[in-house]
Amino acid sequence: MTETLWLLIEVGVKALFIISMILSAAAVLVYSERKVSAFIQNRIGPNRVGPVGVLQPFADVLKLFMKEDLVPRAADRRFHSLAPIISLGVAISVYSVIPFAHYVQIGERIIYMGIAPNVNVGYLFILALTSVGVYGVTLAGWSSNNKYSLLGGLRSSAQMISYELSMGLSIIGVFMLAGSFSLNDIVLQQEGLRWNIFLQPLGFIIFLVATFAETNRAPFDLPEAEPELVGGYNTEYSGMKFGMFFLAEYANMATASAIISLLYLGGWQLPFSYNLIGLEAGSVSLAIVQFLCFLLKILVLCFFFIWVRWTVPRFRYDQLMNLGWRKLLPLALLNIVLTGIAMMIWG
Amino acid sequence: MNFTFIFFIVAGTLAIASGIVTIRSKHPVLSAVSLVFHFFMLAALYLTLNAQFVAVMQVLVYAGAIMVLVVFVIMLLNLGDEHSLKERFSVQKIIAASLGIVFLLQILAIYFSFSSGKYEISEKSIQIGTAQGIGKELYSNYLIPFEAVGLLLLAAIIGAVILAKKKID
Repeated sequence: MTETLWLLIEVGVKALFIISMILSAAAVLVYSERKVSAFIQNRIGPNRVGPVGVLQPFADVLKLFMKEDLVPRAADRRFHSLAPIISLGVAISVYSVIPFAHYVQIGERIIYMGIAPNVNVGYLFILALTSVGVYGVTLAGWSSNNKYSLLGGLRSSAQMISYELSMGLSIIGVFMLAGSFSLNDIVLQQEGLRWNIFLQPLGFIIFLVATFAETNRAPFDLPEAEPELVGGYNTEYSGMKFGMFFLAEYANMATASAIISLLYLGGWQLPFSYNLIGLEAGSVSLAIVQFLCFLLKILVLCFFFIWVRWTVPRFRYDQLMNLGWRKLLPLALLNIVLTGIAMMIWG
Repeated sequence: MNFTFIFFIVAGTLAIASGIVTIRSKHPVLSAVSLVFHFFMLAALYLTLNAQFVAVMQVLVYAGAIMVLVVFVIMLLNLGDEHSLKERFSVQKIIAASLGIVFLLQILAIYFSFSSGKYEISEKSIQIGTAQGIGKELYSNYLIPFEAVGLLLLAAIIGAVILAKKKID
């Protein structure tokens, strides 16, 4: 029983750490999105709250907390409050299988840096959860009882379902190389610069495009295309419920970056052998260096997400569907065949 | 009272409760959402049996794909609360109740005829429940049925494409 108790404490501490990480990541991302967009559009951006406006996200959150929480009279109350919980819950629970570093050895005990990074269904678990994330958006759109919300919700779910296929198929090449769904195995297989981005360039591009669509970010942000749909599925939300959707969007962006870096950019692996800087496997300092390396990769990818959003114009709906079904899906299938042939030839 | 047992009791109770809500609720969306919750709890029950792959597939296929379509249809038709029909006497209800009792008796009979000894999950089940274990079985012992199912699914996909194409022309 003491073993179980220790395990529960360990998981609890890790979960607290991850949740606080996600919340601070969302704050950092909101600030950098506003600053980067301002830079791209030749503006100054937030500069009133704190030095260079760094406290702006906290002011935003405070504002959302203070606001009145309005629920339209015609809305279905139960689902109206359930929807943001689903959205944010899915975005956070994905982190339970993501490894942040390899492991730390304290005496006999090996502590893996992640709640369950070695679970053998690893990536399938993430796919299952993100496929459930559709409900948050659909229920939000439907329960608001507003035509713009409903259209936004339907668009978003159609888009997420369509791109889930090419997303799932494009990473089969990675699984074939690693021989496992476990995220730690996939990272370990990319030791020293054998990153999957070099071995699977086609799969990487398909996965990247599908990720943009899955996270509802520009150029695929049709669900909240403001000139057509007011605000999309979250039109009728206010106060902290809107804040939860907002948070979920940024948490999803951080998650997507983490997954891309785990699958294609070597995850927490350093680009060189850790012996080179004189660190031992299982030491705390190595874990910290690995974690910082992983964090750096995530931040670079997040910056890329923001950069694309303020550079590329929005797609038209039929273009979006054509791209997903007619181009990405066949290319993803081709990628599987090519990977198979290459593995046959070079073993 | 080990951890698995507590987990089983909690997940099982919630599964039954959400199942009852699914069939008792008058509101179609509430029914659909509680069915999704039910699938999650079923997945949790599979986890107590070390069947990780089946658990994830349960969520991925049923909750993530099939139920989304059901919810879509319900929302687009914008169904409200159902009004129950006033029936004085229904043969259907009696048949359903008696079949339910027979089924319950069968389960109880099976339970009591086997529960003489203590049962434990075998060590091997930890290996078999993983994605690797199921993959090995599918490509060795069950190769022909697996390929046959693949062919069947291909036929279904082609059928779906042809049906959808006719409408566009």
